[in-house]
Amino acid sequence: MNVGIVSYGAYIPRYRIKVEDIARVWGDDADILIAGLMVNEKSVPDLDEDTATIAVEAARSAIIRSDTDAQRIGAVYTGSESHPYAVKPTSTIVAEAVGATPVMTAADFEFACKAGTAAIQACMGLVGSGMIDLGLAIGADVSQGAPGDALEYTAAAGGVAYLIGNKKSELAAIIEDTYSFTTDIPDFWRREGMPYPEHGGRFTGEPGYFKHVTSAANGLMEKIDTKPADYDYAVFHQPNGKFPTRVAKMLGFSKEQITPGLVVPRLGNTYSGSCMMGIAATLDMAQPGDRIFATAFGSGAGGDAFSITVTDRIEEIRNGAPSVEDLLKDPIYMDYAMYAKHKGKIRLA
Amino acid sequence: MSVPRFWRKQVNRYNLIGTHCKECDEYYYPPRNLCPTCRRDGELESYKFNGEGEIVTYTIIHTAAEGFEHQTPYALAIIKLDEGPRLTSQIIGKPEEMKIGMRVKSVFRKLGQDSDRGMIYYGTKFIPA
Repeated sequence: MNVGIVSYGAYIPRYRIKVEDIARVWGDDADILIAGLMVNEKSVPDLDEDTATIAVEAARSAIIRSDTDAQRIGAVYTGSESHPYAVKPTSTIVAEAVGATPVMTAADFEFACKAGTAAIQACMGLVGSGMIDLGLAIGADVSQGAPGDALEYTAAAGGVAYLIGNKKSELAAIIEDTYSFTTDIPDFWRREGMPYPEHGGRFTGEPGYFKHVTSAANGLMEKIDTKPADYDYAVFHQPNGKFPTRVAKMLGFSKEQITPGLVVPRLGNTYSGSCMMGIAATLDMAQPGDRIFATAFGSGAGGDAFSITVTDRIEEIRNGAPSVEDLLKDPIYMDYAMYAKHKGKIRLA
Repeated sequence: MSVPRFWRKQVNRYNLIGTHCKECDEYYYPPRNLCPTCRRDGELESYKFNGEGEIVTYTIIHTAAEGFEHQTPYALAIIKLDEGPRLTSQIIGKPEEMKIGMRVKSVFRKLGQDSDRGMIYYGTKFIPA
């Protein structure tokens, strides 16, 4: 397969709430939570931000970074579990706002936290087969955690967009291959019309995250005959800091390999943007020739593994748009009351 | 705002697309169908503004219209785009940090919505550059 990343762009809202501010409201021990989750704070959307605005900002950043003509985009796929409409695509809003319409296809994806990487795979197929010139794959969320629920400590907001292409001279990184592992697991769900998701307790860890991430990761390394030592960096879905750190160790990756892409302690879980944000943060500092191993996870459940090699082109596009570190800098902190207002947790009659 | 009325100028709101008169080199936002200076002699073309400009003047809204009550206090400003035209927009940021002459750049945000069941309207606002 001669497909890869032509460009990438990220967006993170400026607001943050600290874990200790949430813990204070619910009477939890902040120190235990911070140590256990390995998350210090999480991003919060502004009052006028949602998945569509975040997806647009990330997509524009990707297009600007590589100075690409948006009319070349033949498919726009937005992965999210918090699309603003139940019926009406986020992707048409994005496509119109980046100037990619009208000769293109578009659809919204949903697969809990890995809808964005599923969109990347769909774009890989379309550009790999020559059906389209460029594909725009986005993972964006303004994820929800019920007040007082464990998910409230990590459910964050952010998005990442990848331009996927097949012209060798344009590729900032080649996606050598991808491999998915998918089964039906009741670890996390949100019913139609319900404001907050539910999680299936013990299904979250071993049968959900760890089984699917390790199976997808091992499956890909077996398929293309690589091993953890062949990679300079690794990124795993980061619902918290603990899970990716543990799964990296289980698979044989070192702490040094995952550190550049482990953005969750300062960001929280951006759901569909989570693993893709880690890959973006790694691309921000990777050198030509570096190899990146990445595995996204989505509850429900599935794992998408990718083997990526960075090319010389990365140096030409890297500074064309803000880095993930730029977006994490200079946050505005808010207390729980303002956070509740921003997230619509205060229901008015 | 009605759904059809918003939709008609949707692309212009999303992407700051106005018009440029090739005859007198004047830029317009929102777009015009006729150049008011050149009239029939004018030749208008579609033009996408670069999204950067400066605050000409501003006001801080404390008592807002319906739909904006929970965003107060917020800044509403007249912005002069680098190409020349002036437009009114909300500025995202702390009201106390607003000042005349401040450089701003465009961002994509929700402009409003028709209740919880209606359409969500997206478009351009500005943040300090």
